[in-house]
Parts: sequence; C-alpha cells; structure tokens
Amino acid sequence: MSTLDTRPPALLGTSGQIFLAITLGVAVLVPALNLLLPPDSPFYIPTYVVSLLGKYLTYALLALSVDLIWGYVGILSLGHGAFFALGGYAMGMYLMRQIGTRGVYGDPVLPDFMVFLNWKELPWFWWGFDMFPYAALMVLFAPGVLALVFGWFAFRSRVTGVYLSIITQAMTFALLLAFFRNDMGFGGNNGLTDFKDILGFNIQSDGTRATLFALSALALAGGYVLCRFLVRSHFGKVLVAIRDAETRVRFTGYRAENYKLVAFVVSAMLAGIAGALYVPQVGIINPSEFSPANSIEIIVWVAVGGRGTLVGAALGAVLVNYAKTYFTSGLLAPYWLFMLGGLFVAVTLFLPKGIVGTFYEWREKRRPPPDEAAPPLAEPRPAE
Amino acid sequence: MTTIARFRSFCCALAFLLSVASFCLPGADRAQAQDLSGPLGQIATDNYGNTEAALGELALSGSPAAAGIVSALADGNLVFSPSTRQVFIRNAAGALLDPVTLQPVADAPAVKPVRVNNRIRRAIEAANGALSLVSPDAAKRLDAAQAVGRSRDEAALPALETALAKETDPRVKTAMTLARASIVIAKEGITPAERIAAVELVGAEGNQDALAILRSVPDSAAPEVKQAAADAIAGIERNLAIWGAAQNVWYGVSLGSVLLLAAIGLAITFGVMGVINMAHGEMVMLGAYTTFVVQELIRTYNPALFDASLLIAIPVAFLFTGLIGVLIERTVIRFLYGRALETLLATWGISLIIQQAIRTAFGPTNREVGAPSWMSGTFDLGHLAITYGRLWIVIFAFLVFVALLGVLRLTRIGLEMRAVTQNRRMAASMGIRTNWVDAMTFGLGSGIAGIAGVALSQIDNVSPNLGQSYIIDSFLVVVFGGVGNLWGTLVGAMSLGIANKLLEPYAGAVLGKIALLVIVILFIQKRPRGLFALKGRAIES
Repeated sequence: MSTLDTRPPALLGTSGQIFLAITLGVAVLVPALNLLLPPDSPFYIPTYVVSLLGKYLTYALLALSVDLIWGYVGILSLGHGAFFALGGYAMGMYLMRQIGTRGVYGDPVLPDFMVFLNWKELPWFWWGFDMFPYAALMVLFAPGVLALVFGWFAFRSRVTGVYLSIITQAMTFALLLAFFRNDMGFGGNNGLTDFKDILGFNIQSDGTRATLFALSALALAGGYVLCRFLVRSHFGKVLVAIRDAETRVRFTGYRAENYKLVAFVVSAMLAGIAGALYVPQVGIINPSEFSPANSIEIIVWVAVGGRGTLVGAALGAVLVNYAKTYFTSGLLAPYWLFMLGGLFVAVTLFLPKGIVGTFYEWREKRRPPPDEAAPPLAEPRPAE
Repeated sequence: MTTIARFRSFCCALAFLLSVASFCLPGADRAQAQDLSGPLGQIATDNYGNTEAALGELALSGSPAAAGIVSALADGNLVFSPSTRQVFIRNAAGALLDPVTLQPVADAPAVKPVRVNNRIRRAIEAANGALSLVSPDAAKRLDAAQAVGRSRDEAALPALETALAKETDPRVKTAMTLARASIVIAKEGITPAERIAAVELVGAEGNQDALAILRSVPDSAAPEVKQAAADAIAGIERNLAIWGAAQNVWYGVSLGSVLLLAAIGLAITFGVMGVINMAHGEMVMLGAYTTFVVQELIRTYNPALFDASLLIAIPVAFLFTGLIGVLIERTVIRFLYGRALETLLATWGISLIIQQAIRTAFGPTNREVGAPSWMSGTFDLGHLAITYGRLWIVIFAFLVFVALLGVLRLTRIGLEMRAVTQNRRMAASMGIRTNWVDAMTFGLGSGIAGIAGVALSQIDNVSPNLGQSYIIDSFLVVVFGGVGNLWGTLVGAMSLGIANKLLEPYAGAVLGKIALLVIVILFIQKRPRGLFALKGRAIES
C-alpha cells in the first residue's frame, strides 16, 4: 500500500486525471447518445442501459466510500450496505410522498402500504419527506448519524479488526430484521416502490433517466475528488498511519479514534448519496439491501479493483457488476455464484493489490530508479 | 309354588348371576327394571316437563339400561303406546323392544315416538354426561369427570356426587373430586368451610384451568373464602411464572446448544489462526447433507439400520468436512496468513462455491432428513414439555464440548494449538510446525462444524442456505465469548441463547433478536475482546 505515498503530491495523479476525464466524459456522452440520437442509430444507447450504467456508477461511489475507510484506515466494514440502504430509503420516502393521490388507494398523504395496514396518520419519521431539501438532508444525515453513533462507541472502545467487522455485520443484520417488519413503517419486505416522479419530472422519462445518470457520474467524480483531497491531506496521512500501526499513532499523541470517526462518517454519507441516486434509477428500495451478503460483495468490488487506490474501487465495482449483469442473464446464470466465489478466491490469492494496485506496482518497477534509492521500507508489521 | 313361578325365579337368579358376571349385559336384570319404571312411566305421559324429570332420574339411576334409553330418545327411537302407557325402543328393523331387557315385545300396540324439543335435547346431553360418569370404562369416566370439571355445570353436581360415591379407580376419583370442587366453588349456598376446602383442592392443581376456576369465586362469598382464593391464585401464578421462566430457559439452553455446536468449530479456527472462516456455515451445511446421503444409503441398502443412521453419520460427517477443511486450508488459506481480513473474503468466496455446488448437485429445495425413533416424542418434566430431539441435541452439544476440551487439554496436538494461539512466533521458535497445526486446526474446526450439521439436520431445513442462517449468530457467539477460550464460547452460546428466548415473550421474535444484536454490539464496546479475553501483550495489535 506504500505505492501511494511515493507518488507526487498533486491532487490528481495521472490515473486520477484519466478517471475524472472518463467520468465527466460519460456524464455528457451517455445522456447525449440517449437523447440526441434516433433509436435506430448504431450509437444510440437505450434508456434501460442508461439506468443500468447509472446503477453501476452509484455502486462505484459506494465502493469509493468503502475504499476510503478500508483502504486508508483499515476499517473493514461488513455493514456498509446499511448506509447505502439508509440513503436509499431517505430518497425512497421522498419519492413515496411525491406519489400523492396517484397511489392505488388514492390517499393524498399516506403511502399505499400504510393505508393497507390501516394506519390513520403519517408516523413522525415520515414528516417533512414531502420536501426535497429535507429529504436530501436526510440522505446525508440518516447514514451520517448512524455512523457517528456507531463509530463513536466502537472507536472509543478500540474495537478493531475482525471484531469491528463482525459488529458492523451485526448492525446491518439488525437493520435488515428491523426493516423487514411491517410495523416499522418502511413498507416491510416489499420496501418502497411504484415511484411516479422526482422534483416534478416523470421518473420513467428518458430525460429524467439521463439526468439521473449524469448526476450519478458527477457525484462519483465529486466523491473521488473529495476522497483524494482527504487522503492526500495531513488528515489522510494520519489515517494511513492508523491503518498501519494504530497503537504507535496513539502513542505519538494523535486521538486516533477521532480521525477514524470522521473518516467513517464521511464514508457513510458518501454511501448514503450513492443509495439516494441508486433508488430513483432502479425504482425500488427494499430491506434486502441491508443483507450482510450485499455488504460483503461491496468489499469484493474494492478488492478486485485494488484496495487503497480509490480509482480501483470504482473500477472494480463497475467491472464486477458488469460481469454480474452479463453472466446472470444468459446460459451461464447457474454458474454465476461459482464465478463470483472463484473471483473472491482468485483475487485474494493472485491479485492481492487488485487490478489497479497491480498496475501501479508494475509501473513503479518500470520507472527508472531515483538517484538516492532509499531501501524499500518493509511492510509495517505491528509487534505481535 | 307352581312350576311356572319356580321357573321364573330360576330365571331371575340366572339373570342376576349373568349381570354380575358381566356388567356389559344390560337389561337382563329384572330387579333394576323396577327402578326404571318410575321414569319410564313419566316418559310415557309424553309431557316435556315429565320427560325432562325422567331424564334426570335416569341419569342418577346408575342402571345399565339408562344409557340405551337416553340414546334412543336422542335418536327418536323411543316410542310409547298412548293406550297402555308403555315405553319401547324401536330398533333399526322397526321391531319394538322392551327398553330394559331389550327383548322384542310379542304383541306390539300402536305407538308414537316420544316428543323431543330443545329443552329435552339439553337434558339429554346432560344425562349423557352424567351417564358416562358411571360408564364401566374407566377412561370414559375420567374424560367425563374432566369434561364436567371444565363445564362447571351445577346441574351435573348430583350425578357427579353419585358417581363419586361409587368410584373406585383412584385417578378417576381424583378427577371427580376436582370437578366437584370446581363446581362447588362457584355454587350458591355453600358453607364457607366447604368452599375453602374446594378452593384448596383446586389450588393444589396449579395450572391455568385451576386459575380460571379460582377466579370464579362469587363476590357474595365469605371474606375468608375470597382470601383463600386470592392466596391460591397468587400461589398458582407464582408457580406458573416460575415454570414459564423455566420453560423459556430450557428453550434458551436448547438454542444455546445449537449455537454452541455451530460456533465451537469457528471458535477454534478463529482462536488459533485468527482466521474468520466465512465458509464455516457451509461446513455445517455439508454435515447436514452428509446425514442426508447416509440416510439415503441406509434406506436403500439396509433399512433396519435406520435408527443408527445419525450415529453412523457423525463420524462420516466429521471426516468428510474435516477433509474439505484441510483441503481449503492447504489450497487457499495458507497463502493468506497474516492477512486475516482477506481470508474472510476468500472464505466467503469458497462458501459461495460450496453453496452453489450443493445447489447444483441436490437442487435448491429442502431435503428430507428423517428422525430416528429415539429422537422423536415428548415427555413432561413437571410442567415442562421436553422433546427428545432437543434433549439429545443439548446432550450432544455438551459431549462435543467436553470432547473438544479434552483434545485441547490432554493431547499433543491440543497443546500445540494452544501454544500457537497464545504466541505464534514463539511457538514456531520452539519447534512447533505451525503450518501443520494450522491445517489440523482448520480440519478439526471444519469437522466439528460437520457434526454440528448432523445435529442441525434434525431441527432445521436441510437446504443449501442452511449455513447462512447460522454464520452471523456463530460469529456473535465467538466475539461475545472471546477468542482462544472454549469456555468463552460455551458461556457466549448459552447466554445468547437464553437471553434470546427470555426476550422473545416480551419483544416478539424479531424485535428480541434485534435487541440481542444491539446488546452484543454494546457489549463489545465494553469488552472489545469478548467475555473471556486472553490477557497479555500478545493481544495488542
């Protein structure tokens, strides 16, 4: 992981520039190819593909948020799907309120499932979700506050490593069980769906879909710049130090738990944004997003792309999900889990630095050695 | 004395002897026939009030013929001759029979059926109940006594008392006494002393029914009676609460032993190698499928051995999953030492592959694993209902625990495992082949998961997803209990199991589970290394 530290301290390295260029490029290009070209043109991108690509981009943002804490702070969260889902639910609640009288039961205030459950009035936690700014705030707040509370307890008590991973998994599992309950007021196992429009625009229309795609791409680019900025700063250096030897950082006088907490909350909010962009493009949010298996899958995206590289996390998310779409829809569908499982094993065994990490390593080797070749630092290994 | 009269008395004696010899021969007894002439005469008036009164008398008569008469009345086969005021039973063929002797009547007069209305029908039901109290069949008498006790019908009291006086079977007698007490408690015009006696009798029963009966003490009762009833109620409620808690604790122990089985192998691999084995649940699942295959083979080749199928499956599952475990360790995990979190990913991948492989081989649906005869059935311990299956699983879990403890304490490999757990580098310096210990540990942990699968196949659906449902709970048990100490796993499994079952009645199954997860998360804050953490420098980092 020391590759990053040796690179020039520009905000964006070469790969970062390429990444941003691609992200911003598709943000313009894909909507343009969808909206401006006639459907019979060979370059035309159908709307469903736009939404599919948009979904990949939100996954990429989610992977980015995981890489920030796993790659740079060493927190392996097995519950990051929970933050993603909370952001998604916040957006879903806004979209539900937008349905208004167009629901099956035509109730102007209550969403259909509440009418179905014979609820008389809106529960307090649904108040305000008819206003977009409030919902947008909640997209950040709901995951942020959960991460703050959870992280404050966990980091202060110095729960680390595998233990932290397990309790994050317990957290998302508890939320999964909770959101499955009808009494919770989040639609039970059906979740929230049947959305009609967002900010007054029809959610099914090509224009809205293309805009959502462009927003996802912009969010990904913005998220990348933010993460890059964070990890390059002094703050980021401390994070990496915590990752490699937390005890020593603490002995040096840093409040390691505060650094971890900030990174954790930022990461949770990024995941929340990703979830909020995911829901209108997919058209549904249900409790299965909280399932621990989902959260573990996110880890694989990051591992495939390259942990601690940011660009790699995004790349891994897109690649794995493209493969998933490709293989689960054809003749190979029954073998998808073999492939996914094999991917986990192969990446950890043969590509421990991921695609991008391995590429960096290869590039380092090709570079002419500097004059004062410092002896390579051994991988930090805390005393056992 | 004429010959005819002599013959008659001989017949009487013979009939009497016969009736003594066999209680089941109704109607042959002339002496009892006289007893029924009163009620029969009343029935013959065909007046509802008279018929009802006659039914009451019949019920109390204790005559063996009474039951036949009452059921004939119920079926509309009881007829009477308006002219002679005689009563007959009409049989299926339409012939008229004497109601007592059941002999055909030679010169049948013109007859009309005895009229029945709803009042009579109710009286018939009551009479039937009372008559079964004196049925020759003890089981029927017991049922009837319990039914009367439940109905608490005051009208049944005279019949009950008659039956009680004649009863000889102690069990039936107890039931009747209880039934009588249940009626007496709510009855008007009972002396306080008698009522208190009844209250005490019912109170000693100590179950939900007794509680309901005691609550029916009328407000008009004397204060000392009410006090006695209140005391008895409080006593029963206390008693029931204790038994209810005990039942929940038993469920908790049962769940805890399941968790223990599922987690104990994980505790070993995690403790020794610091490896989070996400494929552990799949080892459990493989164990369950091994049981299925073993049972299928036994069914095909030697069905007589079926009761032993689980005993055969245990070593087979241990060896099979143990081998798979060693295989995984040798091919994947050994390349990942020092990278615990990445092992987690690799083993997760392996778990997906194993799941899909089983799905491909056996199909996605549940497989039927049979229970041997000694695993089925229930027995009562006090007010606890305990199923043999659960009991065996609890016993089995503890046996496995003790065996594992023995392996770790007493064997060479156990010593080496403990050494590696405490300080890997130091152990290596002392000449322990840590690689080999790792492989053996992983095999042992997986093998134990396999035999856990054998046990779980008895209480859970054997499907490819079996392992998934246990993996999170197993992890919680391990982190809760602490690493490197089997006692921690035991305490962790039992406390999580019991806490879960004690929370359930208050919070419901799902909320209870959520509460438990939150509790564990909070607990980890307090003890970041679990309940029984290894102390020392080795733990830091």
